[in-house]
Amino acid sequence: MESAVASSLSIADPIREGIASGWNVIDASTLPQDRTIEADVVIVGTGAGGGTAAEILVDAGFSVVLVEEGPLQSSSDFRMREAEAYPALYQESAARKTRDKAISILQGRCVGGGTTVNWTSSFRTPAATLTTWARSFGVTGLSETELSPWFGKMEARLSIAPWTVAPNANNAVLSRGAAQTGIHWGTIRRNVKGCWNLGYCGMGCPTNAKQSMLVTTIPRALAGGATLLTRTRAMAFEWNGDRVRALNCLAMDATGTVPTARKIVVRARAYVASAGAIGTPALLLRSRVPDPDARLGKRTFLHPTVVSAAVMEERIDGWSGAPQSVYSDHYLDTMPPEGPIGFKLEAPPIHPILTAITMPGFGVAHARKMQALPHMQVLIALLRDGFHPDSPGGTVTLASDGTPLLDYSLNDYLWDGARRALVTMAELQFAAGAKSVTPVHGVGAAYSTIADTRAAIAAFDLRPLVTTLVSAHVMGGAALGPDPRTSVVDLQGRHHHLRNLHVLDGSLFPTSIGANPQLSIYAIVAKLATDLAAALKS
Amino acid sequence: MHRDSPLRNVNLSRRAFIFAGVAGATMLAASRWLTPSAAPRKDSLRVLDADGEAIVAALVPVMLAGALPAAPDARRSAIVDTVDGVDRALLGLPPLARDELGQLFVLLALAPTRWALAHTTSSWNDASASDIEAFLQRLRDSRIGLLRAAYDALHQLIFASWYGNPRAWAAIGYGGPPRIG
Repeated sequence: MESAVASSLSIADPIREGIASGWNVIDASTLPQDRTIEADVVIVGTGAGGGTAAEILVDAGFSVVLVEEGPLQSSSDFRMREAEAYPALYQESAARKTRDKAISILQGRCVGGGTTVNWTSSFRTPAATLTTWARSFGVTGLSETELSPWFGKMEARLSIAPWTVAPNANNAVLSRGAAQTGIHWGTIRRNVKGCWNLGYCGMGCPTNAKQSMLVTTIPRALAGGATLLTRTRAMAFEWNGDRVRALNCLAMDATGTVPTARKIVVRARAYVASAGAIGTPALLLRSRVPDPDARLGKRTFLHPTVVSAAVMEERIDGWSGAPQSVYSDHYLDTMPPEGPIGFKLEAPPIHPILTAITMPGFGVAHARKMQALPHMQVLIALLRDGFHPDSPGGTVTLASDGTPLLDYSLNDYLWDGARRALVTMAELQFAAGAKSVTPVHGVGAAYSTIADTRAAIAAFDLRPLVTTLVSAHVMGGAALGPDPRTSVVDLQGRHHHLRNLHVLDGSLFPTSIGANPQLSIYAIVAKLATDLAAALKS
Repeated sequence: MHRDSPLRNVNLSRRAFIFAGVAGATMLAASRWLTPSAAPRKDSLRVLDADGEAIVAALVPVMLAGALPAAPDARRSAIVDTVDGVDRALLGLPPLARDELGQLFVLLALAPTRWALAHTTSSWNDASASDIEAFLQRLRDSRIGLLRAAYDALHQLIFASWYGNPRAWAAIGYGGPPRIG
């Protein structure tokens, strides 16, 4: 405890300082009575979309209310312990799953949303993705050239720059394996300032080095007079005709799992849904917004991700150091988006809980894998979903209590990519010197030669809940587009049928991104929120 | 279920179909007339009742074979720690997810469904390690996706509980988070 106290004293906490200076922050779990609040704009969600929009709208002179279902935690609370961070900062205690439970979804639920817990990887939206949006979905205004200044603006705002420190040993295996096998690899750009290279980004940055929404746009919005409601679940927009009239919310209890009896109503000129893919479509579904062509919640994408674990001769200590600093796009760049599914290769942080729940099997076999943790090296392959007719993504629906459920079907098109990706990762790991490789599937057998691994993977019966699939990127579900019959919002993010309802988050995307999505959300939301500010002024 | 348990509201007749595939409708219809034990749970547990506690306590030594400390006292308290951690995890889950798991524990507690799922007539307290190992393998290798999901849920709850505990770290060569003060 002494060290925790010492650390909280030695590192400034901009959130606690801001609250002490008089920011308008209301923890709804403590509300003694119902509340009605008025503002120019209410934004549901405080992640990459909501945070970016809030700063732009406050800077433009509007009064803004931010609604966040999760808690407000900050650097003094971030003690780098998985057992504390996952229940506090993630959707469903980091155990959110697709409807059939085949894909585990890591998604933030706290002030700052995913940006508070992500691994800081920052990529501009790949040109192939933007081209597909233009060609296949009629998207205009979001070309590489048109977005370039917005990428530049957000990169400057969030200190996004190439990581110049040597990669940790886990990431070094990816670059070494890629070099050995002759495929492209690159250094990841990160949104950090004065990073201590600790490796605990996923549990909230304890040093405020990560330039998440929590330490950048949200403090600026609050300093500019915005109001932040935490532990507040946006239940539904109340609307009639072509306009939203109110946002109805429920206060959550201190555990964040159950609503209390307290209601909060927010009335505004403009209503912005930035609750993230899954959250935003669910909010609109609960609001029963007009959806004559049943587009809402459709085409939700996950970058379904397969995992390969190796044991190396050298120590890896994969919990230590920037979690992601090397990537390979070889199997995206050499795969036309409309062909067999391509994948991005990265390395994840290797912490005890995340590793233990990902490694298949139990008993002594599992314990032996865990005992090799310091020598464990892990690669992940993120499948680029949504570019092929056989990859329509998932559908967000509502459970009996109104919470979201994501139905995401797996099919041969995806399994083909999963199989190729497992082989590729094993090839890289052996090329980099792995003693054995465990493609994460079935009971998690380890193989000591690439020939054995290839043969085993070729024979794998890839199927749900046998092959481990994870996701840390949720995209789509309220797609933007020019045609109301095939999209939910227009090219400005304005709902096709409700003229003062706007979607500003990753649910806008017509496909997956094919890269970690945070910078795509920042740039596109910055552009659309700037348009919204101009529209509200005129 | 325990009177105050958040799992008490599990409506078996309405929701049991989710995990019912293997047990069959007759078995479940019968199980509705059976009352699981209402033995008092440990005071520190917030969600698990005595049955749930017994089930998790029985699964932990098998799931964590080779991982728990060897000395009897340390082993016993590590099992208690892990059950407590599972209970805390259940408390933090959204109500629907908690209900689903509660329903799984109910089915595992009731004799007819326990027999159907675990092939054991003995209580969880008396089940042998090999019985439990066979039960876990049967869930894991089931052709029924929902039973594999049940295995996954138990796997996740128990491994997350143990490996989130600093007591587990020395054996896996993890020194814990760095000091930054």
